[in-house]
Amino acid sequence: MKRTRKKTMSKTIVNVILAFICFIWLIPTAGLLVSSFRPAVDILQTGWWTVFPHRDYVTQSTIALPKETDLRQPIEVNGEVFNDDQLRSGVTAQDGSRLIWENRRARTIQVQQPDWKVNTNFTLENYNGVLTGKNFEIMQADGTLRSQKGEGLSKAFLNTMVVTIPSTIIPILIATFAAYAFAWLRFPLRRSMFVAVIMMLVVPLQVALIPILKDYTALGLNGSYLGIWIAHTGFGLPLTIYFMYTFISQLPKDLFESAFMDGASNFTIFTRLILPLSVPAIASIGIFQFLWVWNDYLVSLVFIGSQPDVQVMSMRIAAMVGSKGSDWHLLTAAAFVSMLMPLTVFFALQKYFVRGLLGGSVKG
Amino acid sequence: MLASTPKTSKSRNVAVTLAVVLVNAILHSSIYLFLRDTNLPSVLYALLAIIWGVLGVYSIYWSFNWAVEQYPDIWKRRIQPFIFVGPAALLLGWLLLIPTLRTFYMSLMDAGTENFVGLSNYAAVFTNRLLLTALRNNLMWVVFGATACICLGLLIAVLADRSSFEKLAKGIIFMPMAISFVAAGVIWKFIYFYKPGDEQIGLLNAIVVAFGGEAQAFTSMLQPWNNLFLVAILIWMQTGFAMVLFSAALKGVPEDMLEAARIDGAGEIRIFRSIIIPAISGTILSVSTTIVVFTLKIFDVVMVMTGGQYDTEVVATQFYRQFFMYRNAGYGSTLAIVLLIAVIPVIIINLRQFRKQGGF
Repeated sequence: MKRTRKKTMSKTIVNVILAFICFIWLIPTAGLLVSSFRPAVDILQTGWWTVFPHRDYVTQSTIALPKETDLRQPIEVNGEVFNDDQLRSGVTAQDGSRLIWENRRARTIQVQQPDWKVNTNFTLENYNGVLTGKNFEIMQADGTLRSQKGEGLSKAFLNTMVVTIPSTIIPILIATFAAYAFAWLRFPLRRSMFVAVIMMLVVPLQVALIPILKDYTALGLNGSYLGIWIAHTGFGLPLTIYFMYTFISQLPKDLFESAFMDGASNFTIFTRLILPLSVPAIASIGIFQFLWVWNDYLVSLVFIGSQPDVQVMSMRIAAMVGSKGSDWHLLTAAAFVSMLMPLTVFFALQKYFVRGLLGGSVKG
Repeated sequence: MLASTPKTSKSRNVAVTLAVVLVNAILHSSIYLFLRDTNLPSVLYALLAIIWGVLGVYSIYWSFNWAVEQYPDIWKRRIQPFIFVGPAALLLGWLLLIPTLRTFYMSLMDAGTENFVGLSNYAAVFTNRLLLTALRNNLMWVVFGATACICLGLLIAVLADRSSFEKLAKGIIFMPMAISFVAAGVIWKFIYFYKPGDEQIGLLNAIVVAFGGEAQAFTSMLQPWNNLFLVAILIWMQTGFAMVLFSAALKGVPEDMLEAARIDGAGEIRIFRSIIIPAISGTILSVSTTIVVFTLKIFDVVMVMTGGQYDTEVVATQFYRQFFMYRNAGYGSTLAIVLLIAVIPVIIINLRQFRKQGGF
């Protein structure tokens, strides 16, 4: 009896600690999601968490002072005297309410009382601004409108698709052919070639960038889809080969022998037997490679560079961070747009993804 | 065997092979040129590019294999493996092996890669203040980032194993893996955001202010600790990876061993230290390897968060800057090679581990 009680107790502690960690892990993404739906003005003035009920000063009424009030002199409000600095940061009057400038130039003052408050101003304007290339207007903090050209991320989204889909399928196809040969065919240099592949698993790709860039310039491949497919294929190959090898080499041997007996060629065996049988492995490494290419920044930065037509999403957003570092409404929406695809893939195929990660590496 | 093959069929085979190579080269380069110069609407263009990219590669394998099938069996058996590994070997040679050698060669040259300067770039890397900062920061990344990922990953895996909402928890912790570093950069920039005054819109500063502290410019002013605020992003993103692998390894620890230890009166911490850790040591090694290699190459986080300012430069960003901004190919290549040298012990451990697992 005592033992079970102790066990339940410790299970509660485990749950609480784990829930706490999960909460911390979720907060950053949650904040981004909430912010991306808030109007530009709100984002810059209040934290995203103010969309939840919180105690804050709520404006009860406004007082309009005479237009000619001298801000350098003591200012009289409702029979009390304050100076400009106090009214700027907010000052408590005798009746407990807070007085703060609403518009210093128009000489209006807000009278506020602490109360429960929820900021639920939500808008799709940010997404609109980020996705289309059209002009749109945003409200600024001082109440004026500013016209801004949209980001036109939809083109970058399409580019990312064109870069990502072949960059996922091609390396897997090439790697599966190679893995089959490594696992089941006998040829000279097989062993040393495979050891070379294993070694290349850990070569930092920075080592390879510059020489490839030179070749690309000579071949005219810079800024082309083909060039970036080749680059992603090359960098993805070692892991994909290694992973497919561990899977294919574990297939039962008699499978091939009977197929050989029936007179099937290696190519037929490969397309009719190996490919269908490898679907689970292909799916999991495919998701991995897909996410990796979709999220890539460095490879695109180097091989696409300044070609605006081919730019992928991560580059566009990184550029926005540089040039529009304070336009949070655009950045948050753009970041979320770029996360939509990988997050969808991730949650839809999480099972395969997790199983895939386990395939090669956990044998200890 | 060779002599018995009729001469005509031999020359025919060579002709077939040459024709296949030629047809492939002409076909694919003309599609490439067409796609490069065409003005199709972007959706159609995208579709065509994807179809060509995927079917193109398959058609190359298919046609080469067809050519090989024309040869007598003995030759077929000899050549076919090379059709299968050939493309992979060529790509790896072109994109990884030869570049590594070329980069090494360039690291021995001056800024414009014209004159041979021997090891002086290496000497410079270890004396130049900027580059030394990059090395120091990389060390910080590995020491703090990788360690935290591994410890937290292990902790969460153990907790999740005993909790009542294991799947959900693992999904949540793992989710940042699917987010790009660039997007994560935006997320965390917003968390670290600093503006003077009381009303903070960055979460961390809001918490600091709520507890009566003073708002800080976390990623710029607190040198060198600002690096740790960047490392936190890596931890947020990579812990999930470690956790998933540890979690799978934990499930492999035999239950009766744990039960026996419990009956002997061992506490949970004792069990963890003397049974669980040794049982999953292989996984710990391979996860550490992957994360350390990954952390050494870190680039995107720093680039997006600070652009390498405020002493947050790491080797990879310095490499990028030296190469593309300062046009110093010598330094750039040297930095890349320094990264490679740092990874060598990891390569060796990896190969040993692989041999132990019985591969080859």
